[in-house]
Amino acid sequence: MAILIDETKRVIVQGITGREGRARAKLMKEYGTHIVGGVTPGRGGQEVEGLPVFDTVEEAWENLGPIDVSVLFIPAPLVRSAALEAIDAGVKLLVIVPDRVPIYDVLEIVKAADNAGTKFVGPNTLGVLSPGKGVLGMIGGRAASAQAWFFPGPVGICSRSGGITSSMTYYLAQAGIGATTLVAVGGDAIVGLPLPGVVRLFQDDPETKAIVMFGEIGTSQEEQVADLIEQGQVTKPLVAYIGGKGAKGGTRFSHAGAIIEGGRGTREGKVARLKEVGAHVVENFGDIPAVTKQVLQEIGAL
Amino acid sequence: MARLHEYQGKALLAQKAVPIPQGRAVSTPDEAREIALEIGAPVVVKIQAWVTGRAGLGGIRFAETSDEAAQAAADMLGMRVGGFTVDKVMVEEKLSVEREFYAGVIVSDRERAPVVMFSSVGGTGIEEIARRHPDAVASVVVDVEHGLQGYQARNLVRRTGIHGRLQRDLAGLLVKLYDVARTWEARAAEINPLVLTTDGKPVAADCRITVDDYAVFRHKDLGITFARELDRPPTELEHIAYAVEEGDYRGTFYFIQMVDDFQKGEGVIGFHGAGGGGSMMSMDAVINQGFRIANFVDTSGNPPASKVYRAARIILSQGPIDGYFGSGSGVASQEQFHSARGLVKAFLEEPLTVPAVIRLGGNAEDKAVEILEQVNGHVPAPVEGYKKDDTPHFCAQRLKALAESYAPPDEKPAGRRKPDVQQPYTFETVTGGTVTYDHAICVTCESKACVKECVPQILLLNEGDCPVLNITPEEAKKGRCIECLACDVACYFHGAGGGYVDLPIPGLEEYRRQRQG
Repeated sequence: MAILIDETKRVIVQGITGREGRARAKLMKEYGTHIVGGVTPGRGGQEVEGLPVFDTVEEAWENLGPIDVSVLFIPAPLVRSAALEAIDAGVKLLVIVPDRVPIYDVLEIVKAADNAGTKFVGPNTLGVLSPGKGVLGMIGGRAASAQAWFFPGPVGICSRSGGITSSMTYYLAQAGIGATTLVAVGGDAIVGLPLPGVVRLFQDDPETKAIVMFGEIGTSQEEQVADLIEQGQVTKPLVAYIGGKGAKGGTRFSHAGAIIEGGRGTREGKVARLKEVGAHVVENFGDIPAVTKQVLQEIGAL
Repeated sequence: MARLHEYQGKALLAQKAVPIPQGRAVSTPDEAREIALEIGAPVVVKIQAWVTGRAGLGGIRFAETSDEAAQAAADMLGMRVGGFTVDKVMVEEKLSVEREFYAGVIVSDRERAPVVMFSSVGGTGIEEIARRHPDAVASVVVDVEHGLQGYQARNLVRRTGIHGRLQRDLAGLLVKLYDVARTWEARAAEINPLVLTTDGKPVAADCRITVDDYAVFRHKDLGITFARELDRPPTELEHIAYAVEEGDYRGTFYFIQMVDDFQKGEGVIGFHGAGGGGSMMSMDAVINQGFRIANFVDTSGNPPASKVYRAARIILSQGPIDGYFGSGSGVASQEQFHSARGLVKAFLEEPLTVPAVIRLGGNAEDKAVEILEQVNGHVPAPVEGYKKDDTPHFCAQRLKALAESYAPPDEKPAGRRKPDVQQPYTFETVTGGTVTYDHAICVTCESKACVKECVPQILLLNEGDCPVLNITPEEAKKGRCIECLACDVACYFHGAGGGYVDLPIPGLEEYRRQRQG
């Protein structure tokens, strides 16, 4: 099993006729994702990469049957409306790739998604990938690269950074450790499925035996993960690295979420909290594979 | 800057009818005197700076007369606080304070909603208040669809033990404060202290508002020209860098100066990351080797080579750094030769006189490292390129080893310059660059490397065997020439040297001249 995406999920791309949407629809398809169509207002009736394009998500649903996932490649100012459209049509998982989506727009999407029982990943995410099953977004770049870099295995991987999600998975793969799913939750301060949400999904996934998480300064996501461990809601071993040693307060470090505000969200605070609840916090990024291997051996999963 | 000064925040409060003291921001002592006369002393004079504890820094003074107000302004203007110079002070009526409260709206990542907080104790920071007087602080999560309702605000104030008319008045003010936050899309909007005057009126004595960087485009009225969160106003070099980013939507370029005053040999290096998390992790790796970083840079999201070039030139325009460290996540989804070419061009033009270690792991990394390492022998300092199987820890160690063994030349040689041309063929690029091929030289070139290497394949050889566009110059300028710099770099190493791409960085040369002078 995997979380969020596998070969059975029926996927559409909103913004499929744009430069990025078109290119990524092709790559996702090549990797094995079951893409069934796309949506761009005013472009209904066209075809992209052999996929039918519709004017609205509702129309796509009526013509294609139930849609499990929509991946959004939409300019940031238009994301709110496109996301509400997909939620309204009944899609239960959204992946919002673009960055620079205004925070109150994201809050409105959160509200609508919660009301409808919909999940969303992002904004500002590289996406989600279940090795050998499917990819949503753009993790891995070329399908051939993604196939060469990642393979299935017992670890669930998550990070706020897309590049780091890829690189952790790659380094684990080099050490012989595969992954169930890798999730880039998005670098913004407010995201649909933050690290604690993903960690819960990994906890419920029988094939995931251990969780590897890259945290960073800002927000309270890592602290919330520690809370879940403390409360016994997450019992699988967790290996974590927290970035941002050189960061200083009040300054944002490219990710909108990576800012220490009013003394909250410091690296030291996150490391201490995670250690306190028994997570395996590594000091060097390069130590992740060795520590993960050891953890998996201890629980007999490797 | 998406963080507003007190006086800017108060202007927004006033627009939504939140009571503020009478007064104005001024930039000369004479203006301060005028305002003090207008209001009628006594007044308070306050520096406009994003620091906490202004009073302790001598940044808040009461003045009994208009002359005293002018003197206070004269003392404060030009003050250095938190690494920058005070250029505005606020002159306001002195409030007669009965009581102080705290009121704030903060977008909470934990609740994934705006949270309104109120405290019956004000003055110090809300964290401090919450620690010392937990019973005095109450908060409510706001439904972003409906906004803060009056009854919610009243219950919020009630929970801190305030009743009756005061409760009603404070609740009314909270509803307006939420309206301010929502209207201008603030990540945080705080009034601290919120003062109850002796005649029973709540007044916003101070105000801190941070507008969401990503929403600034919808609020032109705020006049924000630098939508980035910093703990101080942007430096001149940060402004130069921001203009580069503003002028080019392709990929991301983020530049923050971390330290400014440093000397050669102190182990301060130029840092060039790629990707939010990858940059941070790489920054940690290099700090673990005992380096300090002069700046934080992130070029990612598949930026063109031209953007990486400009970033590198800006990094190398800082103070006397001892090295250059480039590293991202290590397994980039983007093709890495674009970054390699941008770096090579910058290193040649500078020319690079500090050792550089660049980790270019990811798609097309072999080609990227090959392109990068060509620069060795053409610049005084060594340059090493690494791939995805080389850890950031190892790369940082390499930089340390190089920095320890490297001896810079006594005199810095001249770098590669825009050549004088005899028979130019030119066209413009999307970011104001100019591509020039000197056909007098090109005709002698055997490799024709420019045409072969051109990534978007927009060049061909004319009858005279010289490179020209196979599209119109207009198309090239609109972005078909992606500024991959392949022709520029290939011509330098493998051609006859007739090709050059000129990529201006407005303000940079002037900045460097001033720095040296």
